[in-house]
Amino acid sequence: MSRFIAWRLLQGLLVLFIMSFVIYALIGLMPGDPIDLMISSDPNMTAADAARLRSLYGLDLPIYERYLNWISTALSGDLGYSRLFGQPVLQALFPALINSVMLLGLAFTISVCVAIPLGTLAASRPRSFLDYSVNLAAFAGISIPSFWLALMLIIIFAVFLGWLPAGGIAPQNANIIETLKYMILPATTLSVVSIGSHIRYVRAAMIEVLRQDYIRTAKAKGAKNTRIIWKHALRNAMIPVVTILALDFGYLFSGALVTETIYSWPGMGKLIFDSVMGNDFNLALVALLFATALTLTGNLLADICYAWLDPRIVIGQEPS
Amino acid sequence: MLNRPFREISNKLMKYNIYIGFICACAILLTSCSKPSDSTHSGTSRQIINIQNATSEQELKIGLSQYPSTLHPAIESMVAKYYALGMLSRPITSYDPDWNLVCNLCITLPTIENGQALLEKTPDGEDGIAVTFQLPEDAKWGDGQALTTADVLFAWQVGRNNQSGAINTELYRRTYALDVNNKHSFTLHINKVVYDYNHLGQFYPLPAHLEKAVFEENPYEYRHRTQYNAQPTNPGLWSGPYVLKEVAQGSYLRLEKNPYWYGKKPYFNEIELRAIENTAALEANLLSGTIDMIAGELGLTLDQALSFKKRHGDDYKVTFKPGLLYEHVEINLRNPILADKRVRQALMYALDRDLISQQLFSGMQPVANSSISPLGKNASNNIRTYPYNLSKANELLDQAGWNTFVDDVRVDAAGNSLRLEIMTTAGDKTRELVEQVMQNQLKKAGIDLRIKNESARVFFGQTTRERKFSGMAMFSWSMAPDNVPRTTLHSSEIPTQENNYAGQNYSGINIPELDTLIEQLEGELDARKRAPLWQAIQQIYVEELSVLPLYWRSNAYITPKWLKGLQPTGHLDPSTLRIEDWVRTE
Repeated sequence: MSRFIAWRLLQGLLVLFIMSFVIYALIGLMPGDPIDLMISSDPNMTAADAARLRSLYGLDLPIYERYLNWISTALSGDLGYSRLFGQPVLQALFPALINSVMLLGLAFTISVCVAIPLGTLAASRPRSFLDYSVNLAAFAGISIPSFWLALMLIIIFAVFLGWLPAGGIAPQNANIIETLKYMILPATTLSVVSIGSHIRYVRAAMIEVLRQDYIRTAKAKGAKNTRIIWKHALRNAMIPVVTILALDFGYLFSGALVTETIYSWPGMGKLIFDSVMGNDFNLALVALLFATALTLTGNLLADICYAWLDPRIVIGQEPS
Repeated sequence: MLNRPFREISNKLMKYNIYIGFICACAILLTSCSKPSDSTHSGTSRQIINIQNATSEQELKIGLSQYPSTLHPAIESMVAKYYALGMLSRPITSYDPDWNLVCNLCITLPTIENGQALLEKTPDGEDGIAVTFQLPEDAKWGDGQALTTADVLFAWQVGRNNQSGAINTELYRRTYALDVNNKHSFTLHINKVVYDYNHLGQFYPLPAHLEKAVFEENPYEYRHRTQYNAQPTNPGLWSGPYVLKEVAQGSYLRLEKNPYWYGKKPYFNEIELRAIENTAALEANLLSGTIDMIAGELGLTLDQALSFKKRHGDDYKVTFKPGLLYEHVEINLRNPILADKRVRQALMYALDRDLISQQLFSGMQPVANSSISPLGKNASNNIRTYPYNLSKANELLDQAGWNTFVDDVRVDAAGNSLRLEIMTTAGDKTRELVEQVMQNQLKKAGIDLRIKNESARVFFGQTTRERKFSGMAMFSWSMAPDNVPRTTLHSSEIPTQENNYAGQNYSGINIPELDTLIEQLEGELDARKRAPLWQAIQQIYVEELSVLPLYWRSNAYITPKWLKGLQPTGHLDPSTLRIEDWVRTE
């Protein structure tokens, strides 16, 4: 097990190194630079001023030279400063990360807590009224565009009813209830979409498992239906579902751009988008690498979960 | 029998009563958490309830569509930053809402007439000007330290240092020395004679007692390590009516009154600037009461504001202020078709810009006749204009050799079609709409206009900067009231590979007479003698038409009816520079 984890971590490091260059090159190849943005808002900026500022920011160097400069300082522990926020990269990244984990963590929890029972119930009574209702709700959730849902929720709960804030984050001295009020609408928007897809995955996996011989055997031995579903079937059905949830784990930290933009929630999705568009190389690179690292971690955790869910799977062993 | 399905459903629902109970409990919790509302807006068929009943009467929440990346006055140029700085600090000089240059942090505006500006020789023997400013003696920073010429000198040194990355480059380029006369008086030495010698642009003193050590330790790293980024809530950084109380990065800034503010006391105890980038969400936040007003400088687009006015005009005050944001079509003079002046003039005659202004903008964005705003004192009424005249457009095109038609499109003797390409920022609804109208209008003159739009990043970052647009590019310029158009019209500002595509003369206009006029204008101290120079520049501009002027953009200020004293400016100096005048009247 430990050899497997060590090997996967090494592979992860290699992926991160390759990704750092790919991301840097892709951002660098995009047209425009921060000085173009300054020119558009300063009518007095001359050609000479722009050239001086490009040189100062190192934007006149070839892309590979800029990358080598960055990687050498990054390896010495200095990730540089964010141009957009005027702060060390980690200092700019951290508040957005906390906001994303809070919001997407809540949405993820709601989604899992709702989707697993509903998907299981729907699978246990296929083609019943319950199954059709759950499927209808799932398809509705998948089909609703998140920006539209977000605006509708704002109009209903913030504008008309006045129950919840239309966006933003709670003031720093706010209590937990106040903080949660700011999270309800964005978390609902995010979870509605993911609940739909998670229900479909859980339902499909459960239906497949419920057709297996060992389920029939358990029924023949007189085991209770609830015990068969929740103890025998669900655990086996979770293996494909865990793969999906592991991929969502990375998404948890890379944010949700559309929802964050509409609700003015300063999370990772918005941060990554703004840093890429604003040519904030240091911040964009570290944020994207962070999201990549967490996706890799999520997949590693999923592999470990497989062994826990199904004792026949021995990780790190070649299939015989 | 009929009841059986219902009974089945009811039985099934009972089985899941735990879930139903959970949902009901959540709903009750949610309802109990919400605060009772205290204010309603009438005037629409529905009742809009404010959540922000806790908002104190002397607190103002302003929505903006941008969050400032830094609040350092000398680094980065962003509208959101200047909007916030209007309340937190004061530049030495600025333009007022009537577009007159005024003192903010000086007692009298220096002029040749009042003797505070004197002609002199520079150390190189060239003609220059010495300008003396007097700071208010009671000016203080937010921590009680006196604001003196030491702070002005430090700010100037930061700006002059090539490693600091400071903006307002024109000021530091032309001032070669700053003499400190005493604690409250300083003299700037300008290396040439320029008529706007007393305009210091966005020049703010910096608190030397807090920042000097950081700067001197490493000027290159200063822009990162400055306390404006590291500790922005330090009151000593601010010298305006407010100081920064709380910062939530990317979300909001909360300001409170500066106890050491030496000027007129502001009405509001606290001000919150909330960044909401999505303008539909910005409007929803206003209607829900999360914010009280939307800033005109960074708020709704004009079409959204017009629509908002129709729906909620009874509940809010919507003010449109035409400004110095000038929407135009840049012509690439390297295009062989557009190199012919007659074709460019024909384009202008074929465009019904008045119709565009009336139909698309309800007349709120007036037609532009040149790059000089008619609201300023430099605009000339005695220049050629291009009212819609299709027959004149046809005549000019015939003269230019485009006198045969194939499939309703003009062709020349060699069989080339009169086909042009126009580009703008993709996703900008207003610009895309204007393009379509232009396409239809030019079609009537036999011109085949093709639309090819790009994302703003590619459009500004490469296409315009490297002059890669094949025919026309539509965008806007922002400018100051007395802005000499050197960067956009002087031949030294044409972007080329040699100058790494720096410069804003994207059309590539290169007329020696125009260059000379611009240089003469910059150095003419007599306002009466400047007038004919302005007139001559505008005349060349409208004759040559390297740029097709379209309309002056307006900002829409959406404020509550109880807010009085806000004066939209229409230029780069924001309305918040007069925040002391904003009051609640109900």
